[in-house]
Amino acid sequence: MGALTFKRGIHPSHSKDFTEKKPIKIYMPKGDLVFPMLQHIGAPCKPLVKKGDNVLVGQKIGEPQGFVSSPIHATVSGTVKAIKDVLHPNGSKVQGIVIENDGEYTEIDTMIARKDYKNLSREEIINIIKEAGIVGMGGATFPTFIKLSPPPEKKIDHIIVNGAECEPYLTSDHRIMLEETDRVVKGLQIILHLFPDAKGFIGIEDNKPDAIKAMKEATKGISNITVATLKTKYPQGAEKQLIYSITKREVPAGALPADVGCIVQNIDTVVAIHRAVLRGRPLMRRIVTVSGGAIKEPQNFKVRIGTSYRELIEAAGGFKEEPTKVISGGPMMGLALFSLDVPVIKGSSSILCLTKKEAIQNEESNCIRCGKCVSICPMNLLPYKLNTLAINNEDDLFVKYKGMNCIECGACSYICPSNRHLTHSIRTTKRTIMAKKKK
Amino acid sequence: MTDHYIVSSSPHIRSDKTVDKIMRDVIIALMPATIFGIYNFGPRALLIVVLCIISSIGSEALFQFITKRKISINDYSAVVTGLLLALNLPHTVPWWIPVMGSVVAIIIVKQLFGGLGQNFMNPALGARAFLLVSFAGLMTRWELDGVTTATPLGILKEGGSSLPSIADTFFGFIGGCIGETSAIALLIGGIYLLIRKIINWRVPVFFIGTVFVLSLLISGRGFDINYAAYQIFSGGLMIGAIYMATDYSSSPMTKTGQIIMGLGCGILTAVIRIYGSYPEGVSFAIIIMNLFVPLIDRFTIPKAFGEVAKNEK
Repeated sequence: MGALTFKRGIHPSHSKDFTEKKPIKIYMPKGDLVFPMLQHIGAPCKPLVKKGDNVLVGQKIGEPQGFVSSPIHATVSGTVKAIKDVLHPNGSKVQGIVIENDGEYTEIDTMIARKDYKNLSREEIINIIKEAGIVGMGGATFPTFIKLSPPPEKKIDHIIVNGAECEPYLTSDHRIMLEETDRVVKGLQIILHLFPDAKGFIGIEDNKPDAIKAMKEATKGISNITVATLKTKYPQGAEKQLIYSITKREVPAGALPADVGCIVQNIDTVVAIHRAVLRGRPLMRRIVTVSGGAIKEPQNFKVRIGTSYRELIEAAGGFKEEPTKVISGGPMMGLALFSLDVPVIKGSSSILCLTKKEAIQNEESNCIRCGKCVSICPMNLLPYKLNTLAINNEDDLFVKYKGMNCIECGACSYICPSNRHLTHSIRTTKRTIMAKKKK
Repeated sequence: MTDHYIVSSSPHIRSDKTVDKIMRDVIIALMPATIFGIYNFGPRALLIVVLCIISSIGSEALFQFITKRKISINDYSAVVTGLLLALNLPHTVPWWIPVMGSVVAIIIVKQLFGGLGQNFMNPALGARAFLLVSFAGLMTRWELDGVTTATPLGILKEGGSSLPSIADTFFGFIGGCIGETSAIALLIGGIYLLIRKIINWRVPVFFIGTVFVLSLLISGRGFDINYAAYQIFSGGLMIGAIYMATDYSSSPMTKTGQIIMGLGCGILTAVIRIYGSYPEGVSFAIIIMNLFVPLIDRFTIPKAFGEVAKNEK
């Protein structure tokens, strides 16, 4: 059987050779750690500490507010230096806690390892995951405990672990699958324990044959887990596309994966579940790829959340040349940064420092109607048309032409020979329409 | 806080296939036909090609200069238009025909409607149709090796008997416009465009296929494969189907739309050739279909991914 895939999509240069063979390197923070109280989709946390307090590794310092929220934990021991507005990787300022690291890494005594998870009830496991502050680490940062608690009428039969890592440059998931293979499997088994009727799938793009091999070996003899080889194509790792590739089910517009019996989890999230359930540790670390043509020694780092981006870039040897663009996340969907003084948060998959040549900035010109955007749109939309409607503020027609279905993967802008800002205009119009709806 | 990085919306990387590269590929694809045309018709053909390209570039630059627009001749689109126009002219035309044609193509058909991507018909074809109607005599004077000749389609129309061989027709040693005679040269360029993903197969295959099938079915000559072969290898069908009907601005964006475009062009061409008074109908067929493109685009909106019933599994 050939590699599984979805319809349409693009083939950008992988640019993964910078770091795909670099083993994960543990990086210990040097400077202060910063914890924005918003590291998830939903309501921000309320600080549980005040200036001058001593904190320990694993101590909860941010209390979730509201249902869709997730607690935040200290990742070092030390003193709370300040509680103030800090710069978030998304460019906004949010309330944050600054901790001065004492370098002792004294751990709180509530982190207790367990031998087994099988005697835990469903509620207990969900509660552990909730209290551990686990969110989707692929970048969307949706609280995981909610994703794992679908309404009872939705019969979940597929648990899909997303190892596609279709964004160029990114190799953190790839390295995890190679180096923490068993934890991925264990983490998935814990989720499957919650959904005894479901089958587990680990979807990996075929440009990572070593990861496919490793995962296949580790799951040998486990009857309810399958390693699915996916065609290397962007956006293979987009939730709806991944579900289609593996199950051939289409998530209806406006619906959730659970509506077609699926739950999708990122690789690092699955590892975090393993650590929380079996080792009693909250989400405190993540793997970050530091890469791009402007970086001297690109690396995959295992870092404590709260570590400054600037420190990580220095740990990767600093700049070989001045980057034109610095991106938090992948080049297709990540956010451009204007400052390096932002902390690693739960959703930080990578820091990319791109040279002028890599981040081409050509001027927008007339649409030549080549139809490339139409032929590659993974959602089968008409990006050129939506672009015109967006520019002319024709909101009703924009909705009629299914503009709200856009997943903002960036493929249309990537392929456009006229450098039209297709994704940007569609994204902006979506936001405006959603904001109007709320009113 | 002294960082000065460019901040913009994602995606941050772009495909390197830009408009100028696409146009350059089209020019490369047209080279076999151009070179063959010059070989077949002599140096005068080269002169026509040069005149068309220079006056196309000149018209574009002049118009953009006068209207204070950004001069965009470096996107090579004017070169493509000029070259296509030249390939659609007999080499016997006087020097002012290429010049006038280029002015009409670039200024009237292309720039007055908003420039690249906005023209509703193929500029080169628009100009050719204008010239054909205005200067019918000059535009249909065919010569080969200094001898006045007729095109295979003309001979078939008149019911003449001295048809060139099918091989000569396929390779292009026949009378006709500079770039249209050699089916093989045009096909080679077409394959190049397909490989480079500049065009897709739908319009050319449906266009040529429809003409072939209809030539077999409605020509009134019975099931004459030989006749159908002449129909597809001679005249402007190859150049029209591969290079003109696939013109981005004036062809549909959707897959279904492209099939309709190919079918429509094929039907119209066959009908004009078989029932009309002109021996050739490719240009008019494409122009007529060009006018339907906005309508076709409107009625062939593909079903978006996820437009399924909510409880369907």
